[in-house]
Amino acid sequence: MSVIRAENVVKSYRAGDVVVQALRGVSFAIEAGAFVSFVGPSGSGKSTLLNLIGCLDRPSSGKLTVLDTDVAALGRKESARFRGRNIGFIFQDFNLIPVLTVYENVEYPLVMVQEWPKRRRHERIMELLGAVGMADQAQKRPDQISGGQKQRVAVARALAPETKIVLADEPTANLDSETAHRVIDLMRHLKTTFGVTFVFSTHDPKIMAEAEIIYHLEDGQVKTVENAREAVHA
Amino acid sequence: MLDLLKIAIRNLVRNWRRTFLTAGLITVGVMAVLLFTSLAGSFKGLMIGQFTDSIVGHLEIHATGYVASIDNLPLTLGMDAAMTERAEAALKATPDVVAYSPRVKFAAMFSNFAETTGVRVNGIDPAKEDATLPLLKSRITEGDPEGLLKPGQILIPDLLANGMHVKIGDSVVLIATNKDGSVNGQTFTVRGILSGLSGPGGRDSYIDINDARHILRMSGAETNEIVVRLKQLNDVTQAVASLKAALVQDRAPDGMPLFEVHSWDQLTPFATVAHMIDLLTLFIKVILVSIVLISVMNVMVMAVYERIREIGTIAAIGTPPRRILQLFLAEGLLLGLFGTAVGVALSLGAILFLNLHTVHFAFGQQSNIVLAPTIGTADIVTACVVVIVVAALAALQPAWKAARMNPIEALRHV
Repeated sequence: MSVIRAENVVKSYRAGDVVVQALRGVSFAIEAGAFVSFVGPSGSGKSTLLNLIGCLDRPSSGKLTVLDTDVAALGRKESARFRGRNIGFIFQDFNLIPVLTVYENVEYPLVMVQEWPKRRRHERIMELLGAVGMADQAQKRPDQISGGQKQRVAVARALAPETKIVLADEPTANLDSETAHRVIDLMRHLKTTFGVTFVFSTHDPKIMAEAEIIYHLEDGQVKTVENAREAVHA
Repeated sequence: MLDLLKIAIRNLVRNWRRTFLTAGLITVGVMAVLLFTSLAGSFKGLMIGQFTDSIVGHLEIHATGYVASIDNLPLTLGMDAAMTERAEAALKATPDVVAYSPRVKFAAMFSNFAETTGVRVNGIDPAKEDATLPLLKSRITEGDPEGLLKPGQILIPDLLANGMHVKIGDSVVLIATNKDGSVNGQTFTVRGILSGLSGPGGRDSYIDINDARHILRMSGAETNEIVVRLKQLNDVTQAVASLKAALVQDRAPDGMPLFEVHSWDQLTPFATVAHMIDLLTLFIKVILVSIVLISVMNVMVMAVYERIREIGTIAAIGTPPRRILQLFLAEGLLLGLFGTAVGVALSLGAILFLNLHTVHFAFGQQSNIVLAPTIGTADIVTACVVVIVVAALAALQPAWKAARMNPIEALRHV
């Protein structure tokens, strides 16, 4: 079953007097529980595509459905509500809230986005912090932990509200090679544990190789697709 | 909600110097307003008290048309015995009235047997006048103030005493023309010298009301002014209204009302000064509102600008725009609340200090007046509500901007 389906998706935007074609008719389908990577050089349209899948933006034309919901049909508030329920985000710069502890950062979407009862919240946070190996750092502030630890907390935050899809835009770009692999391994492990679809963008060939399905983007178009899953099954 | 407040407090603490300075500014503004209101209010109250408790009372009753001609002291616009009795009956039926003093006022010639000058004479019942105007005796700078005066005695203003070289115990003569045009005179002994409220001056003398009636050859208990003291000066508007209502049915044959009732502020120019003090207080309040508005808005605009990426992050993970708005509004509100709470506490402390360590000042001839600043709950509540509402309003625009921010653009912000 496809959780994300793009049909001839086009995204153009205006930069001054110039109209930029960020995506030029992209089509693909991502199955539930997949571990997918969009790769390509800078300006190839990776971030634009993730923004569209994350309901942060709307396609100029074509059809994009996420969890059977037409992204273009969502208004601002509906988009926020949809993201809050279904989509988790991991950012290149971690983007943890500096005034909150590790525990509170993971708690944030359960308090400010959804309204989970305290006990259920606590159980979920401890489960996730345990899963990412940060349970013993729960009371530390982001400035007291390393980059790799920050990204692990960000992964836990992305999963907190029982999201179905996690989008990660260059999640390892600010990490050293070893830490980057650990974070990707963790993401893959959590994908299996929590049954979540992970979609991430990268331009690092070593990280890219970790994905089950790799979409190569170039000039706003999908040039090739590598499907390690099918290769394994074959 | 508590979680939102917790995050708002953390956000304020993250830049504690700025928060402290802004809250400090609000504190100073609140203190300025509350202290000015209490000091100006105390000063105004004392000054009004000097006038109401020694000259005009809280309100006065006259025959219709008297106040319009009050500078001429017209004897033809007096209240005969029946009218006086009717007015006294209305006063006795008014619960706010604690004392009243009928007066016979007239213009007279004052002579020391060598020189003559014009004076305004107040014929008073000393006991009733003392009960109605308790500070009158404090204006007697020479002579025995107790009991004010007796029949045959006169209190004269200091300028008149100095100009006419008259001392305590001297004999003087008052000569007056009554309403029928006949002239009469009477000798008085100077009982005391009166100071004016705002320095040497004034031409008001005081004699016993029966002496006044004798000079003017009045047959009965005629008066031309009744000065009234109320339980609370603040009740004056209500008391004037109820007295007017009680006396409205008393009409002349031509249908005109027989009586007119005026509050103190309609009878003395000092009311203008009191209004100016109120205007100054309002001006200070406007400055406070400006301080709060500008400082909170400045902080919140800075907070939004500094946290654009963070706003992008929380928007991206699905925080509803309403919650983002609430978060920034809460920060502005907390800033206002904190500044106001400290400001109120310090102001109350300062007011307590000023009351414990009495401050004396002089006003005109009145020296050693004790300044006792007080502040009413209503003034505190008003100041708090205004500051908090203004703080919230100041935070509204930046909060709105944060809530409406495009997450993609916010996340790209460097």
